[in-house]
Amino acid sequence: MSHTIVPTKTYLAIFGALMALLGVTVAVAYVDLGEFNLAAAMTISVVKAALIVTFFMHLRYGQKLTWVFAGAGFFWLAIMLALVMCDYTTRP
Amino acid sequence: MLEQTPAHAHQFETLEQQREADTLGMWTFLATEVLFFGGLIMCYTFARFSYPQAFEAASHRLYVTYGGPNTAILLCSSLTMALAVRAAQLGRRKATTALLAVTALFGVGFLIVKGFEYHTDYVEQLVPRFRFHWEGADAEHAQLFFWLYFVLTGLHALHVTIGVVILAIVAILSWRGGITAEKYVIAEVAGLYWHFVDIVWVFLFPLLYLIGHR
Repeated sequence: MSHTIVPTKTYLAIFGALMALLGVTVAVAYVDLGEFNLAAAMTISVVKAALIVTFFMHLRYGQKLTWVFAGAGFFWLAIMLALVMCDYTTRP
Repeated sequence: MLEQTPAHAHQFETLEQQREADTLGMWTFLATEVLFFGGLIMCYTFARFSYPQAFEAASHRLYVTYGGPNTAILLCSSLTMALAVRAAQLGRRKATTALLAVTALFGVGFLIVKGFEYHTDYVEQLVPRFRFHWEGADAEHAQLFFWLYFVLTGLHALHVTIGVVILAIVAILSWRGGITAEKYVIAEVAGLYWHFVDIVWVFLFPLLYLIGHR
């Protein structure tokens, strides 16, 4: 449950991964991938956010109801982005 | 005084239940924050796909040498925040206080770097309306990029500022012995807010500083 005490080693490993991903995202920005620069940057950001939410914000150790509440925010954000872009990309 | 307060508020059955309610409340607030920043990100997405050249040219006027280190500062602050909550769970008063203070100082460091960056933007005439001069093509939409840049980073900086104040208050509370292994949830909740602010920056950094290829 929410009072699970996570080992310091886990936090340090997650921090290491986050710093490495920051390095990767900057490095990738200096390589010309055309359209895929944005896709790569956003994929890395989503992975970083997932690491922070899962471990630093203890979602992994929390109750299931917290998952629903946390998921709802991102789900509605996805609806907003997806529907607006559907409209935008299909206009003549 | 502190010894006399009951372990949990009277409307809860157990301390565990209270803790779950407290964290759930913060998650609910964060869901509204996701949609608050989400609306602006939507606006940004729309503008960026409409004027890709202007946005790429404008983005290249920002310095990765400011944004990159600032991202690292916030990631470091998230580590110290996570360790502060851990120390609080273990009832280590001095460690909790020190780690909360260090986290707040990282936040202040972020704001100082941001301040220098805003000054550079001002000197380079990149502040819309107020002081804007654009040599390249499509000045109008380059200016639009900088509107979004200032609104997004400004609102984020406001969140960092509020976070620093909250961390300072929680650090003082911890120093006075108000946080124990049983009642650590205030540190946990402050941590949730702080990590969220970090996540917002994790998205803002590539969206603003790393458009196209540099």
